Amino acid sequence: MTDIDIQELYQELILDHSRRPRNFRRPDGATHKAEGYNPLCGDTVTVYLQMNNDVVSDAAFQGDGCAISKASASLMTESVKGKTRAEVESLFSRFRDAATGSGSADPVRLGKLAVFSGLRGFPTRVKCATLAWHTLRAALEQKASLVSTEGEETLQ
Amino acid sequence: MNTLETLKSTELDVSAIRRDFPGLHQSVHGNPLVYLDNAATTQKPNAVIEALDRFYRTDCSNVHRGVHELSERATKAFEDARVVVKRFINASREREIVFVRGTTEAINLVASSYARSRMKAGDEILISALEHHSNIVPWQLLSEQIGTRLVVAPINDSGELVLEEFERLLGPKTGLVAVAHVSNALGSVMPVRDIVRLAHSRGVPVLIDGAQAAPHLAVDVRELDCDFYAFSGHKVFGPTGIGVLWGRADLLEGMPPYQGGGDMIRSVTFEKTTYNDLPFKFEAGTPHIAGAIGLGAALDYVSQLGIDRVTTYERELLAYGTEVLRAIPGLRLIGTAREKSAVLSFVLDGIHPHDAGTVLDRLGIAVRTGHHCAQPVMARFDIPATTRASLAFYNTKEEIDALASGIRRVQELFR
Repeated sequence: MTDIDIQELYQELILDHSRRPRNFRRPDGATHKAEGYNPLCGDTVTVYLQMNNDVVSDAAFQGDGCAISKASASLMTESVKGKTRAEVESLFSRFRDAATGSGSADPVRLGKLAVFSGLRGFPTRVKCATLAWHTLRAALEQKASLVSTEGEETLQ
Repeated sequence: MNTLETLKSTELDVSAIRRDFPGLHQSVHGNPLVYLDNAATTQKPNAVIEALDRFYRTDCSNVHRGVHELSERATKAFEDARVVVKRFINASREREIVFVRGTTEAINLVASSYARSRMKAGDEILISALEHHSNIVPWQLLSEQIGTRLVVAPINDSGELVLEEFERLLGPKTGLVAVAHVSNALGSVMPVRDIVRLAHSRGVPVLIDGAQAAPHLAVDVRELDCDFYAFSGHKVFGPTGIGVLWGRADLLEGMPPYQGGGDMIRSVTFEKTTYNDLPFKFEAGTPHIAGAIGLGAALDYVSQLGIDRVTTYERELLAYGTEVLRAIPGLRLIGTAREKSAVLSFVLDGIHPHDAGTVLDRLGIAVRTGHHCAQPVMARFDIPATTRASLAFYNTKEEIDALASGIRRVQELFR
């Protein structure tokens, strides 16, 4: 039934984070920053990071977009705090596997991010959820240019 | 004629029409399809599907060269389609009908051939703020190539062209006016007759992008008095990959070819090539033969229904849809022009169009969400995107009711 799919996608956790995004601010001490844009729907996100050597000591974002993209950015900033670059990278990879339904994503190791496994039946919306992550990775690499979701193949 | 007969002659039999469109009868995510994305592309009637099938099954051949039976059949069907197009837009000559891939290619043809050879650095192309990207970007490319300038006439808060501003911007340097007949994002019907009158009074030719007009309004290029008119087959119930550029013969005659290749030449030596007559001069390479034949079938289908009946019926649907959507709290219609085609573009308080589109899709309702390839229009209304329901003659009031209840479901979910 269709309503179940919809409720699977828009779970309370996602709705909550889209209504009241956490870490929705521009931190004073940000050491890394990148801007992301999804030309398909006009979503924009700016990710700010405070790096303490190799560790993300603070993560925040600003921007505008759909519920999925806001919730994804919000949950992402919560989940990367205290992690090393390598841990962030590995988390992203597991997150993407869960969102696209590929690989064998372990819901336990994903924590709250497991909520995005509801995206599996909605391939056109995966980019909404990955925008913040691509932007985060660009920030980690200190790319000065605007990052975009285009060029990334949507995995079915 | 008595009242009953008058009534009968002006009404469409929508349930009979719906039976002609196989694509409309399917379930999507367990719900009956409600197809409200007609401004993106339309569903195809059996007549079109059968015309394509017939061409590929029995008449498949190249055109304009073979002496054999199949080639003669293919050529006849292809050229018959050109006659159908001519009649549909009331052009005076077949030679003025150029088959292209679609409206986008038609505009690019005019930019590359007409504008590029006639205009020089500093000359201006005047468009409106309502244009689709396909009537913006070709002119920007031209500006990069030869230094022309793109000038944009503003729209008001209802999504209507500000005609006084348009007139003011029409200056001594204006070399071409290029405007939509109907806005794809908002549905506004542009005052094309006034535009043509004002432009012609200053000796400026006018290109009309009719992609969103041809499926909904009677198009009469002689009455419009424009110089170029472009439209796409797939938006008027025909196949994708085929469209039409109509141009005044005297203008087309004076224009250099758009692309070089077969079919557009009369004779070729390594020293000199003589170009073919109109319209073949602009039809290099093997054309989309099946597409043109399918387009002919589509236009015949629409003509049989009667485009004026279509306009009347859609006006009624639009009025109903406007009333139903306006009654939904938290919904704001974007584009409220007095003269409007059957497009309902809207935003919902606190809900991103992309989320609304996903939920509506799960309910079987196909709408478009996004900027509709008209980002400057979105910027004008200070919104990133809208949800757009665009109607056709096969849509019903029941489908609009389904849309309204879908929207309420969206609002419940995101409350």
